[in-house]
Amino acid sequence: MKNMSRNDHATLANKFNHDEARVNWHDKTLWFVRQKRDKAAKQLPEWEQLRARASQIKAKVLSHLHEYLLEFEKNAVDNGVNVHWAETPEEHNAIVHKIICDHGVDKIVKSKSMLTEECHLNEYLERHGITVIDTDLGERIVQLAGEPPSHIVLPCIHWKKEEIGALFHQHLGTPEGNADPVLLTEAARQHLREKFLTSKVAITGVNFAVAETGEIVVCTNEGNADLGVQLADVHIACMGIEKIVPSRKDLGTFLRLLARSATGQPITTYSSHFRKPRAGQQMHIVLVDNGRSERLASDDFRNALKCIRCGACFNTCPVYRRSGGHSYHTAIAGPIGSILAPALDMKQYGDLPFASTLCGSCSNVCPVKIDIHDQLYKWRQLIVEQGYSSWQKTKGMQVLSNALTSPERYERQGKFLRWLLRKLPFLVKNKFNPWYKQRELPQVPDESFKEWYRKNRKG
Amino acid sequence: MVSQEQKGMSAREKILARIKSNQPNVAAGEELALTPISFSDPIEKFKETLASIGGASLEIEHENQIPDKLLSILPGKKISRHVGPDDHAKADPHAYSDTDVAILRGEFGVAESGAIWITDKQMVDRALPFICSHLVLVIRKSQIIGTLHDAYEKIGHAGYELGTFIAGPSKTADIEQSLVLGAHGAKTMTCFIIR
Repeated sequence: MKNMSRNDHATLANKFNHDEARVNWHDKTLWFVRQKRDKAAKQLPEWEQLRARASQIKAKVLSHLHEYLLEFEKNAVDNGVNVHWAETPEEHNAIVHKIICDHGVDKIVKSKSMLTEECHLNEYLERHGITVIDTDLGERIVQLAGEPPSHIVLPCIHWKKEEIGALFHQHLGTPEGNADPVLLTEAARQHLREKFLTSKVAITGVNFAVAETGEIVVCTNEGNADLGVQLADVHIACMGIEKIVPSRKDLGTFLRLLARSATGQPITTYSSHFRKPRAGQQMHIVLVDNGRSERLASDDFRNALKCIRCGACFNTCPVYRRSGGHSYHTAIAGPIGSILAPALDMKQYGDLPFASTLCGSCSNVCPVKIDIHDQLYKWRQLIVEQGYSSWQKTKGMQVLSNALTSPERYERQGKFLRWLLRKLPFLVKNKFNPWYKQRELPQVPDESFKEWYRKNRKG
Repeated sequence: MVSQEQKGMSAREKILARIKSNQPNVAAGEELALTPISFSDPIEKFKETLASIGGASLEIEHENQIPDKLLSILPGKKISRHVGPDDHAKADPHAYSDTDVAILRGEFGVAESGAIWITDKQMVDRALPFICSHLVLVIRKSQIIGTLHDAYEKIGHAGYELGTFIAGPSKTADIEQSLVLGAHGAKTMTCFIIR
């Protein structure tokens, strides 16, 4: 009964599935991005070598994270950067809030950062009277709509342009009924340019943090991270502790993989390496743990920390494409989110590892070769073992395991089930049986193979 | 103030201690083989890649041809307020907000990604490559290399404060995957390649 929240993945996906045409559109749009990724990957004969190398580098990072973090911290401090450490989202939010308060401002610009989504920084700052302007176009759209992003790379992939047109008409005064992406983008450009020019504090995420040099790399297509930082007095960069790479040359491997995996581009428009703050500017880096150091201990789940947040596993996932990002009810949706979230809270996110067909496509496209579908399977076992699966699932599994562990019981119960399905089909074919949903049950044979064999081969 | 500091320290120590005891002891093993693609004509590949991501390139003989060429590349565009590579930096980056064109020297170009590496030393002001409406980057033909691996070989241990790969104009596809150039940064990006 522990996982009977009405907002589990299946319930939310069901809601998303009410509009079939929209689901098909969503599915197709994401598949298009997956195809662009394939095309980009196939242009490099060394693609598989790159993935293997990236995975190897990340394995090295996880094995020596302690040393690399100390090296990174030392070099960053030498570069004139203030380094902060936060064990929890609350600590992270408080650190960021304090820096903002120290500069006496009540308005900041922020480029995309999945870590700040994970920590719910926006809500925290808004509660404390700070206005947060998300400057990534997709993030700004969902922010104006009062929603979280539904995809880590394509935050408003679930929005149609007509809806964005209506939203912008309401908030930015664009002409009513105009859904032209060029016009809407220009309107957002002007709206946000004013915010860039008047914000004294800019928050960014971090794609890679280089231990060897203490620099951080931030990748965007829009240039919003750069504009925010270069026009602000204070740059706050927030990162999970697993974003470390050992040396600059490793960036070659990761930057070649990141954009190709994410959108099929050869590289993002801007890949900025921030090493030292500009004269008169302050730069802060907040290193956040939030369960990552615990996860390092787990042979089964450690590799999830290799993730570089490209979103390739989202775009390829048949479940994600047809259920939408919000059905995962967590900041990072999709297959990778489904193995990250249960580590934070098995009770709240125990449904997510079941939101998968275990087809393995996620693992096949992952640029750092995370065994995503294996981990999904391992999470399922752990969740059931610890009693976090729904009672229907737990009961069903008990019944099945009871039948499948004894040939006699299997035969007896099979016979009973065949009889039941013939005589009282409504007991199985009803809307309370999740397996009957959108499925027709097969015709019931009169006898099992064993019975048939006994009859026909004995004499 | 002090208590905040101590709180920060203790979080740091707790995190580091946990990592130290939890990080696996896995032998690194040999670095896996990686044979990057090589291009028979990196310059052509560079131009082709840059064009595919919305940028433009043009070979010229000398930097002094740029002003004339600009008029043909940006027809009808307002280019009156421009900043050149040897201009002095203004005191405040906000002063560049109405810049039509910024002409800056890049360090080198990367064929596989159509990207140009530029550091704070060449930016005049760090905000400039991002805030201008039209960005012009100038590189020498001999400074075009194959892949990002080559790029980091070249960068080595350079002591820049800010370094950026810029690949084409600012763009977004956030509205129904329709590609729009000029999201927040430059609306066009042109690379002049000096022979």
